[in-house]
Amino acid sequence: MTESPQTFGDLALEVRSKNAGPFWVTMEVFLRDETGYARAAVLSEETIARLYAVPAEDVQIFRIPALNVVKISFPRPVPQGGLRDRDVHAGQHHVPLASLPLPG
Amino acid sequence: MEAVRVLSPTGMLGAGFTQSTVDRGLELGADVISVDAGSTDSGPHYLGSGTAKTTAAAVARDLRILLRASARAGIPLIVGSCGTSGTDSGVDWVAGIVDDLLREEGLDLAVATIYSEQQAGFLNERLRAGAVHPLAPATALDEATVEGCTHVVGMMGHEPIEEALRGGADVVLAGRATDTAVAAAYPLMMGMPAGPVWHAAKIVECGGQCTTNPRTGGVLATIDQTGFTIEPLDPDAACTPISVAAHMLYETVNPFRMREPAGELDVEAATYTALDDRRVRVEGSLFHPAAQHTVKLEGARITGYETMSFTAIRDEHILANIEAWTDLFVEVFTGRVAQTLGLDGTRYSFDLRRYGYDAVLGELDPASRPPREIGVMLLVRAQTQELATAVAKVANPLMLHLPTPDMAYLPSLAFATSPAETERGPVYEFVLHHVVDTRSPTEMFRIEHRKAPAHD
Repeated sequence: MTESPQTFGDLALEVRSKNAGPFWVTMEVFLRDETGYARAAVLSEETIARLYAVPAEDVQIFRIPALNVVKISFPRPVPQGGLRDRDVHAGQHHVPLASLPLPG
Repeated sequence: MEAVRVLSPTGMLGAGFTQSTVDRGLELGADVISVDAGSTDSGPHYLGSGTAKTTAAAVARDLRILLRASARAGIPLIVGSCGTSGTDSGVDWVAGIVDDLLREEGLDLAVATIYSEQQAGFLNERLRAGAVHPLAPATALDEATVEGCTHVVGMMGHEPIEEALRGGADVVLAGRATDTAVAAAYPLMMGMPAGPVWHAAKIVECGGQCTTNPRTGGVLATIDQTGFTIEPLDPDAACTPISVAAHMLYETVNPFRMREPAGELDVEAATYTALDDRRVRVEGSLFHPAAQHTVKLEGARITGYETMSFTAIRDEHILANIEAWTDLFVEVFTGRVAQTLGLDGTRYSFDLRRYGYDAVLGELDPASRPPREIGVMLLVRAQTQELATAVAKVANPLMLHLPTPDMAYLPSLAFATSPAETERGPVYEFVLHHVVDTRSPTEMFRIEHRKAPAHD
C-alpha cells in the first residue's frame, strides 16, 4: 500500500457482514497482518454500539489471532424482511465499520 | 468402516455445480452425498408462504446429476430443508421433482420423506408443560403467537435422517434440518466420532465456500476416528488452513461453539494443518452432548399486505434539497391519505427509501457525498391489499410532481414503470426463536417411505 491506512477497512483484506439467522447480524474484519490485528484491539463493544446504535451489552466480540480476525455479533435492530428492513441479508452493514477512521 | 467420505456438491440445491465435481467426488470414493436445499437467509416470505426460492428447473437439473450419481455409486443422497423453508409443501415439491426424475431416468431408488412442520396444538401443549424456551434476543412465547403463524417448522438433527436411512432409504428428502445434520447423519450412523463429524459437517455445508475459490465446485470431507480431511473437488481450487478455519465464522454468532439438537460443537481447541497445497487436516474438535435434547422452531406470520411504488429524481435542485423534499412528501402524503381515504396513521404504515442517498444504511451511513440521482421507493403496508394500493395511489401524484418547498413550478419525476404501483401480496415476519425440549429426538418428525415410482 502506498498511502498510509486511514480506516479499519484499509487494514483489512476484507470486511463483511451477514445475517446469522433471522435475529442476529454478524461481521468480520479480516486484518492483513499481525500489525493490523493489534491495531484492531481498540474495537470494543462501545465502538460497535456507537456505530450501529445498539446497546453495548448486546454486542459480542470474538478475537481470533490465528486468523487475524475480529468477529462481531449483535441482535438485528430491525427484523429481517420487515417493512423497515432495507438490507435483507444484512450484507451491506459492514460499511460503517470498514469506514471507521483509525485513531490517530 | 475406518472412514466416511461426505460429498457436498454445493451450498444450495439449485445453485448449480458441474458434472465433473460430482464425478471427481465419486472417484475419490464418496460414501454419501449431502446437500442443503434451504435457508432462512432470504427472509420470512418462503416459510410464511410455504414456497421455494429456487425454481423447479434448477432443482431438477441438480437433482438429476445427484440421483444418477447415487444410483451409479450405490451411495445415499440426503437433501435437507427441502423447498427453502422445509415446510411439508416444500418436501412434497422436491419429492414430486424426484419422482419425475426417477421415472425419466429409469432409476430404482427408495425414497423417504421426513416432515418437520409443527401443529399449534402440539406446540401449545409443550408450551403449557414448560418445555418451550426462548433463545436470545427472543422473549417467552405465548399461545396466540403460535396460533398466528402460517407455518411453523422444527429443525431436525441427524436422528430422523438416520432413522430413514436405517429404514432402507437410498434418498432422504428432509424438511427443515440444521445445515449440519444433513452431512452429519450418515457418518454418525457409521460410527464416526461426533466432534469431527459435526465440525466437518459445518465446514462442508456451503460446498466450495471453504476453499480459496468459493465459486467453483464442491468439497469432500473424509472423517475418521481422530479428525477429518477436507479437499476441494475442483482441481484448480484449494483448501488452506485459513480458508477452512474461516468458514466457522460464516453466518454464525459464535465461531467456536454451535448448538445442535443433541449437543454443542466446540472447536476452540481444533487445529488446522495443511497436508499439501490443497488438502487440510482438522483435529481436536469436540462435541458436548446436551443434558436435554432440543429442537429449534422457526415460524412466520402475515403482518399485512404491501404495495410498492418507485420513482427517481435527477433534478439537481431537488437532489440538493432532498431532506426538505422528503419532509414535504411525508406531510402532504399523510394529509392526503387522511383527507381522501379517511385513514390515520394507525391504519397503514409506510417506508420511504431514498436509494442512492441513504436507503441502505440510513442514519448509520458514514458518507455525505451528494448523489447524482436518487431512486425513491415507497412501501405501503396495510391490513388488506386493496387498502395498501389505495394509499400508494394517493402518493402517485406526489411521486410524479412534488417540488421542494422553495420551487415555483411542478417538476415531473421519473417513474420507473407503468403502472407505478406493484402489489407485493401478503408479507411475513419471523416470530419464533425458541426451542422445544423433546422427549425423543424423533418425536416431532414424521418419516414416510414412499413407494418406488412405476417405470415407464
